[in-house]
Amino acid sequence: MSPPRPTVVSLRNVGKTFKSGTVALDDFNLDVRAGEFVSLLGPSGCGKSTALRIIAGLSTESAGAVEGPEGKIGFVFQEPTLMPWADVAANVRLPLTLTHADDAQSRDAVTQALARVGLADFAAAYPRELSGGMKMRASIARALVTEPELLLMDEPFAALDEITRFKLNNDLLGVWQELRRTVVFVTHSVFESVYLSQRIVVMTPRPGRVFTEIAIPAPYPRDERFRTSADYAGFCRLVSEALARAMIAGGAA
Amino acid sequence: MNERGLRIGLPILLLALVVIGWDLVVRAFAIPPYVLPGPELVAATLLADAGLLWQSLLVTLTITFEGFLLAAFGGIALAIAFNQWRLVEYSLYPYAVILQVTPIVAVAPLLLIYLPQPLAVLACAWIVAFFPVLANTTLGLNSVDHNLIALFDLYKASRWQVLWNLKLPAALPQMLAGLRIAGGLSLIGAVVAEIAAGSAGAGSGLAYRIAESGYRLNIPRMFAALLLLSLAGVAIFFALSALSHLALRRWHESAIKRES
Repeated sequence: MSPPRPTVVSLRNVGKTFKSGTVALDDFNLDVRAGEFVSLLGPSGCGKSTALRIIAGLSTESAGAVEGPEGKIGFVFQEPTLMPWADVAANVRLPLTLTHADDAQSRDAVTQALARVGLADFAAAYPRELSGGMKMRASIARALVTEPELLLMDEPFAALDEITRFKLNNDLLGVWQELRRTVVFVTHSVFESVYLSQRIVVMTPRPGRVFTEIAIPAPYPRDERFRTSADYAGFCRLVSEALARAMIAGGAA
Repeated sequence: MNERGLRIGLPILLLALVVIGWDLVVRAFAIPPYVLPGPELVAATLLADAGLLWQSLLVTLTITFEGFLLAAFGGIALAIAFNQWRLVEYSLYPYAVILQVTPIVAVAPLLLIYLPQPLAVLACAWIVAFFPVLANTTLGLNSVDHNLIALFDLYKASRWQVLWNLKLPAALPQMLAGLRIAGGLSLIGAVVAEIAAGSAGAGSGLAYRIAESGYRLNIPRMFAALLLLSLAGVAIFFALSALSHLALRRWHESAIKRES
């Protein structure tokens, strides 16, 4: 076992009730340690996106305490969320533009981020000229361009076809292993969460609570061999069963 | 014939048929020119009165252009103010609507009493044209992708950055649609005011020429002036459409040709 690493984000007894009266989160606890890849897994509407937005500071908790993150954050939405009027380079550069970063440094950072996601040749393309997968790559490059400590991803690949999703899963793992940033990944796919994560937080629906946490101790790098291995299938079964129990515990079918 | 050929060819063919029909009717029934002049006579009048009509056209176009510019800047500025300060929107929006729904024909005579004539005409052009700019730009500024706003929040963008880097570019398509409507409307506003001012007797724009020619039963000149006005309207529409296309061609769905 590796030595314990510092906690980057800590949510204690966090609750979130919307104005409509919907309780999205209730008594939600989560610790994220530096450099780890953790997934929040649960059905639609279980509050996992809400938890992610609270961590990002895009939403405020109604109860409980949130500590951190201290450093820079990158956020990837479910949609690519690119500005259609700006080319890929300008889109990726946006976080630096908004913080008035130095011009030459920004250009280097954009080039580097684009190369990292395999979009080096598409800097001058407009979002509408890109496929769904490439748009998502641009979105990830934008999140990476500030070299954030913490990368928050909200079902980023949910709308993509399976082939593209597998490819992006592999590339994301590649980036993660290279940069060793902390990643919190929200998904409703058991298979995706097992493939990517070191740790899976299974959530109950309505209200969102942590049902259980499952460690996936398979070594990295993980590739197609892992995806077809008996180990992988075993973890998937384990997580699926946990998710099924979480659904019953949450009173939903 | 291909699609493009049909789009251009058919209206021209129809125009030719109408003009020929018009000519035949005038000849067949020997209609006197003070009732309905034939196309030939209208064309001849257009040439004979070219100097006079051209001067008048310039007057009307200048007013239209000034009214349009004021409407564009005023409409966009007010839309930004509405978007930035809700209290401004609550206070002023009802009056913008009232200004829009009150028929300009009814307002023009009043304006002519209180304002010097050129200013009154300009005010009319502005009143009619500014609302579509305001309404469309407001709509555009308010329909920005919520996730993009969240992204700007995440990077702690200032209000000014959100406006300049996000809301204004996002609102550009609607803003340009508003401007396209405003172009035609400012011409209408200018014409209405000129007609109203015509009875006051101090005008020289194209609409004033139409009114004046009407009093003098110079029907061919009425037709010639009307033709010029309508050509001016068409030119304004195409100019603004071209501007809109140029601004949006790289990214907006409305300006992108689909291949099937």
